[in-house]
Amino acid sequence: MLLSIDWILFLEKLILIAIVIFASLGIALYTTFAERKVAAVLQDRPGPNRAGPFGLFQPFADGLKLIMKEEIIPNTSNKVLFVLGPFLAMTAALMTSAVIPWSSDVHLFGRVIPLQIADVNIGILYIFAVVSLGVYGIMIGGWASNNKFSLMAALRGASQAISYELAMGLSLIALLMTTGTLQLGEIVKQQMEPGHWWNIVYQPLGFLIFIICAFAECNRTPFDLPEAENELNFGYHQEYSSMKLGFYLFSEYVNMFISSVVMATLYFGGYDVPFLNESLLSPNVAAILGVVALLIKVVIFIFIFMWVRWTIPRFRYDQLMNLGWKSLVPLALANMLITGALILWMGK
Amino acid sequence: MNAIQILFWFLSALALVSALMVLLSKNPVHSVLWLVGVFFAISGHYILLNAQFIAIVNLIVYAGAIMVLFLFVIMLMNLNKDTEPQKNIWMKLAGAISAGCFLMILVSLIRQAPELQAKTAMMKEGSIGLISNLGKALFSTYVVPFEISSILFLSAMVGAVVIGKKD
Repeated sequence: MLLSIDWILFLEKLILIAIVIFASLGIALYTTFAERKVAAVLQDRPGPNRAGPFGLFQPFADGLKLIMKEEIIPNTSNKVLFVLGPFLAMTAALMTSAVIPWSSDVHLFGRVIPLQIADVNIGILYIFAVVSLGVYGIMIGGWASNNKFSLMAALRGASQAISYELAMGLSLIALLMTTGTLQLGEIVKQQMEPGHWWNIVYQPLGFLIFIICAFAECNRTPFDLPEAENELNFGYHQEYSSMKLGFYLFSEYVNMFISSVVMATLYFGGYDVPFLNESLLSPNVAAILGVVALLIKVVIFIFIFMWVRWTIPRFRYDQLMNLGWKSLVPLALANMLITGALILWMGK
Repeated sequence: MNAIQILFWFLSALALVSALMVLLSKNPVHSVLWLVGVFFAISGHYILLNAQFIAIVNLIVYAGAIMVLFLFVIMLMNLNKDTEPQKNIWMKLAGAISAGCFLMILVSLIRQAPELQAKTAMMKEGSIGLISNLGKALFSTYVVPFEISSILFLSAMVGAVVIGKKD
């Protein structure tokens, strides 16, 4: 045989990738709807309720509207990069999901199928690398638009992302000191062990820093300076229209979903169902319960994202930088030192 | 051909084409983006050698941080096709010839080096590139050079802050 490849494994992973990507997109689609509904509840109004029962078809109507709009590419812009920008933003948003353990193994057709695309040795670093690549979409889009407002917003976005990555990395180091592994599957399994609490118990301060940085990395309010309407008109995607704009807006929601999954996995037990010993159940039932548990945790996090957006006003730019460099980085360093000292003292 | 060979040839082609495009593209922003492509291809090679840590750190540090700084500088100075200095043809020729000579010397050196005779790369096996082994090596055998280099970085950082400070 010319190609000696394990085709079944190849097929299995391909199907898993397709499921994960479509699920991410579908959840992001309905997150846009949920965002408008949550905003409506917080502002005491009904929200979108015309398209379909309870307005459930609203995301499709929005999507159709975006696709149907005229595609405008400004004459002076760098055309290749102008098209590449939204593509990169979307790719970076979707790539993160490759290392996330969605649930325990499934037994199907006599095969044990892990519900994780790649359980690499360096899972957390992989997520970190992909997050740091997310900057390119914003920078290239903002620059290729050849618009001063867009460029300004792109530079803001990039410097914000770089600043908050630092604190995020430092808070993760403290977590790694307690887990002793970078493998996400292993981290979840540790949290599932009887007698072992979720990591949030051991790393409350680290989690706080991590969630603040996650808000900043997703460009969500109160850190949505790259798209501050009242100073920069619209931000880095000002010149975009039609589905390219849709990709930018949509990648933000995908990012929100993925960062919620990461937070649930790292700090809240991943697919662990609390107060339940999964090893007593049959493996397939446990796997399904695990996916449901993970998704419930994710929905709670997404709700928190929205809740914060509609209650806290935006920071000023210098406040943002001060918070990042002068509060979060020293706090994360202190957290790291305390964690190290405690591990040494407890003798674990 | 098995999957590793296919990946090896694909990544090698990607690396070479991207590296050529870094040199050939007129627009500096395009050059930076092709360079990011080169880093991705090289990281792929590292993964084939089962050096996962180096692969991902290569992406974080070079693609994620240094290249973003390059982009910052290019965008803020608004460099483009028109501002790129045009060297005359003799300069280009001289550069190409000397670089070619250097490449030849490098290749012949590597081919003759006694350390590399009759050795093959460990594909998909070998565990020294995994993070726990690398960490143990760095913090036991090589702890002094490791700490010295970290102090070097710290001093560079402090220096940059001092220079950048307005007074």
